[in-house]
Amino acid sequence: MTLELKNITTVVNQGTPEEKTILHDLNLKLHDGDFVTLLGTNGAGKSTLLNVINGSLKPSTGQILLDETDITNLSEVKRAKAIAQVFQDPKMGTAPRMTVAENLLLATKRGQHRGLKLRGLERHMEEFTEKTAQLPNGLSERLNTFVGNLSGGQRQTLSFLMATIRQPKLLLLDEHTAALDPNTSKNLLELTNDVVTKKQITCIMITHQLRDALKYGNRTIVLNSGKIVLDAQGKEKRQLTEEKILEFFTN
Amino acid sequence: MNLITSTIGQGLLWGILALGLYLSFRILNFPDMTVEGTFPFGAAVCASSIVHGLNPLLATLLALLAGMLTGLVTGLLYTKGKIPILLAGILTMTGIYSINLRILGKANLGLLNQATLMKNQLLLNLPTNFPAIVVGLIFAIIVVFFLALFLNTELGQAFIATGDNEKMAQSLGINTDNMKILGLMLSNGLIGLAGGLLAQNGGYTDVNMGIGTMVIGLAAIIIGEVVYGDLSLTARLVAVVVGSILYRLVLLLVLQLGFSTNDFKLLSAIILALCLMLPLLQKKFRVKQLLQKGIQKP
Repeated sequence: MTLELKNITTVVNQGTPEEKTILHDLNLKLHDGDFVTLLGTNGAGKSTLLNVINGSLKPSTGQILLDETDITNLSEVKRAKAIAQVFQDPKMGTAPRMTVAENLLLATKRGQHRGLKLRGLERHMEEFTEKTAQLPNGLSERLNTFVGNLSGGQRQTLSFLMATIRQPKLLLLDEHTAALDPNTSKNLLELTNDVVTKKQITCIMITHQLRDALKYGNRTIVLNSGKIVLDAQGKEKRQLTEEKILEFFTN
Repeated sequence: MNLITSTIGQGLLWGILALGLYLSFRILNFPDMTVEGTFPFGAAVCASSIVHGLNPLLATLLALLAGMLTGLVTGLLYTKGKIPILLAGILTMTGIYSINLRILGKANLGLLNQATLMKNQLLLNLPTNFPAIVVGLIFAIIVVFFLALFLNTELGQAFIATGDNEKMAQSLGINTDNMKILGLMLSNGLIGLAGGLLAQNGGYTDVNMGIGTMVIGLAAIIIGEVVYGDLSLTARLVAVVVGSILYRLVLLLVLQLGFSTNDFKLLSAIILALCLMLPLLQKKFRVKQLLQKGIQKP
């Protein structure tokens, strides 16, 4: 999978006194299996960049190519077949009044046609038990629990499993561990790293933790005022330090 | 006894409206005001068709289709027109009033000497009020069966997910606008059907018969939930119908206390308000703890 962003500019509140350019003529190319950690100060444009890629925000100018196909005008719903997401808020990625198994079942059909065929939950239970058994926080025993009754950590782990249960072409993680306690956050990051690297999923992970940005992924990008000010991979990434990254935050 | 059987029959027929409202109010998670226009629209279409000589069953199905049409209008105003759902429903409801007057040609239309489902040959030998119970039961069973089936399909699950977490549904590739339109069509289709059935049962249709239907439907849903608590989705559908019957029985009881039928709508609103406040009141007055205390200390 390759993702290419060409000359992406996003302007919000266009034509009003509050008009603001978030992304400035941004160019980026991701290659198959790239695991990018994306950093930047608040307002640097990280979430906007992810929203432009997932289709929930249309860029003012520019082009988005996924496997060389232009998807700039494709809606978020249509992009979902290829692009999976985990949001920052654990409540955002799951349906609280449906059970864990029902949520997983929805995710197995991500981006596919949903017709009048019976849902066939029972046929998938074995797979769900097996997949959740590999996770750290006891989800396998709670497959029939309503998601609204789970803890934030369990909900976010479920969101991550839902995003990866069928391999996406691209995985977008928007500070997906930020709302969790340090221990749960660490476990989910380890799980993320395991799954993304083992399955060779192309992934962009926004984080505010410099240590995590350095530890995970093969590529680190820093955004500052809507522009890419650092794109380090290979040896350059290995030689990066937290101090060095901070310089790109302020300059 | 006659009053009770009449109430049960009415409860079953109103239960179909409540099932329709359940789809928008509980599953899609928004209040759809179209109901107050859809209900008399279904009644008007059905009554007018019967007066023009159409078979009552076909006229009833036309009421269903008419209801679906109003749902489609509200759905399009809401999703494509980006009008807030409350306003979209009110707009459709207001517009339908004029359409109903055009269909009926006047403010009301009687069906006393017309063929209706309740006057079917097969039901003629049943005691008074029982035809309504039989028709209500048949339609309620069919509707619950097909709704339960639908909600257990892949499409039905996508529909539930849309109401539960729209952002998540979109991120999983579910076209939530289409789901809302579909839900509003199904919901209003059932409400139109209930309008057609209740017009036949009451023997008349009136352009103002929609006023207060939202409260009646919601009361049935809430009473069903209060009485039965946590249930599976299919059981919740049955609880809505039972809630509708219980609500009619409560109303009957209150009217028996000597209130005038003119107070009907006020009583309906008060009963619903009390039902809605019940969880809060239970918590405030620690009803559960008090009951448990009673068990512990005989």
